[in-house]
Amino acid sequence: MTSRRSLFAATLFAGAAALAPVSLAADEPFKVGFVYVGPVGDHGWTYQHDQGRLALEEHFGDAVETTFVENVSEGADTERVIRQLVDAGNEMIFTTSFGFMNATANMAEQFPDVTFEHATGYRQADNLATYLSVTYQGRYVSGFLAGELSETGKIGYIASFPIPEVIRDINAVMLGAQAVRDDVEMVIIWANTWYDPAREAEIAGVMIDQGVDVIIQHTDSPAALQVAEERGVWAVGQASDMTRFGPTAHITAVVNDWGPYYVERVQAVMDGTWESHDFWGGMAEDVIRLTPINERVPADVAEEAMAIAASIEDGSFHPFTGPLKNQAGEVVVPEGVTMTNAELAGMDWYVEGITGALPN
Amino acid sequence: MDGTVALLAAVIVASTPLLFAAIGELVAERSGVLNLGVEGMMLAGAVTGFAVTLTTGSHLVGIGSAAVAGAAMALVFAVLTLSLMANQVATGLALTIFGVGLSALVGSSFVGTPLPRLPRLDIPGLSDLPVVGPLLFRHDVLVYGAVALTLAVAWFLAKTRGGMILRAVGENHEAAHGLGYNVIHIRYLAVLFGGLCAGLGGAFLSIAYTPMWIEQMTAGRGWIALALVVFAAWRPLRVLVGAYLFGGVTILQLHAQGLGLFAVPSQVMSMLPYIATIIVLVVISIGPWKARLQAPACLGRPFLPTN
Repeated sequence: MTSRRSLFAATLFAGAAALAPVSLAADEPFKVGFVYVGPVGDHGWTYQHDQGRLALEEHFGDAVETTFVENVSEGADTERVIRQLVDAGNEMIFTTSFGFMNATANMAEQFPDVTFEHATGYRQADNLATYLSVTYQGRYVSGFLAGELSETGKIGYIASFPIPEVIRDINAVMLGAQAVRDDVEMVIIWANTWYDPAREAEIAGVMIDQGVDVIIQHTDSPAALQVAEERGVWAVGQASDMTRFGPTAHITAVVNDWGPYYVERVQAVMDGTWESHDFWGGMAEDVIRLTPINERVPADVAEEAMAIAASIEDGSFHPFTGPLKNQAGEVVVPEGVTMTNAELAGMDWYVEGITGALPN
Repeated sequence: MDGTVALLAAVIVASTPLLFAAIGELVAERSGVLNLGVEGMMLAGAVTGFAVTLTTGSHLVGIGSAAVAGAAMALVFAVLTLSLMANQVATGLALTIFGVGLSALVGSSFVGTPLPRLPRLDIPGLSDLPVVGPLLFRHDVLVYGAVALTLAVAWFLAKTRGGMILRAVGENHEAAHGLGYNVIHIRYLAVLFGGLCAGLGGAFLSIAYTPMWIEQMTAGRGWIALALVVFAAWRPLRVLVGAYLFGGVTILQLHAQGLGLFAVPSQVMSMLPYIATIIVLVVISIGPWKARLQAPACLGRPFLPTN
């Protein structure tokens, strides 16, 4: 029913936007629009994008005016929301969920004078760039830590939707854990949502009942962390620092920091130097970082984790370097070969050791 | 064995917010008022319960405030639809949108703040029993409260004079009016009770189940509660069964996924309560069961006293 609420929200927005005068004066502020999939108060994915938007306002002051529409459903609504943002005079629009891809591409074609940036997708155009955070870098380190800290060898992964980004990150966790031990078993449960605190808590509870003692989440609320804290298992936070919700359980969190990227791209459009690209921002670009590792983690383990993170950051190590085998044990990436971004962008297979079928 | 008990206990807890919201809506609907604002009232309860518990340090004060907040939202609805004769469907939808926005506004400063969980209320003797103890008697006061409230509503509707009057108002408001009952007054009370229960359901989420405030944390449970009332054919005890069924299917499929038994296609899970409701509607509307269709005859119809 989220979609229904969003539909009303979008309709209300449409009404409001229609009333707003469109100004073409040259000394008007540069208008930037953001389309969010969740609420800005989710304390996760959308929250971090909104922090990036606020960083824009802070950096540019009156020169830039930002607008956001939250809770936009992935589908027909998306196009309408984008169209309204264009009508309201926004010259640059960021859409921040994979499911907005086709709508964004359609709108980019229809409005060639507007600059679009779409997060986590793979469709580009002259006025449509893509950008994503290379979360698998942080996931690999999370997987290493999980492998070190787990006693049962069972690592839980609260997955959202079977899209390449999530599959890639599941694989990264598995590879990180396999670097430590051979007996890793991953318990993967699909929430079929990015955001439903109660559902996320239920999944965490089910995992712990099944013997999982490290929970990694690819959903946005800190609910799973609370359950982990209460039942005495470890957990890794997502998108923003969630330490407060589980001071003893929180190993680390893979945090997105979009501010610098947004500032750079908006500046580029204002300067007329903007070009379409497919940006993969990781630790080296400061788009993702790990929060300080919990003091309960043995010092040598934490040190080794930071060393791995440093080797990923300086490019000397890439988690998706062969030999990599699929679930059937066939070599997909030969020894010494590193997967390209294009290959990673379309990743639709599990690495060896993960049991269970990938949902369609 | 332990696993099964843990699973069933999880089902009972997961069903609690649905039970609260659905039993309240059931009372409102049995009086003839369709309030689609359940989600909004739950959110009002969730944010109020969280904020008050955090400020006062008392879970019970928080729970009480959440109930009041839910009822206050319901009062807005009641004034608009019962006194000012606004369309119930449109007003209910507006109430949900209003609740989403208002709770986000009120709660914005509480995002990212943790809260101690509502403590478990063990019952001496009973909580230590094997199997039954961990299954039924190691929950918090709201879990017990939801079941008790459902049984109380069942008793009230079936066995008391007040319950009969309420049902009469929902079935034929003109006849009830003719007999001298104040239809509007009774409907006000039923709608307020519905809001109170929805507020409690929201508070269960924000201070007991996942003790935190984040926007739209009810994630559609208000809508599931609405479907549940229809699924239960407007009968309180069936609401209880239905809530456990909905909760049970969710928890079971998560377990099945974790064990690698099967992977449910995306979206099917979230459709399930509504599909189940449609199936039940079809089944009870055809053939020999038709007589059992319990939809209150005056559901959603405004009442204008003729004299």
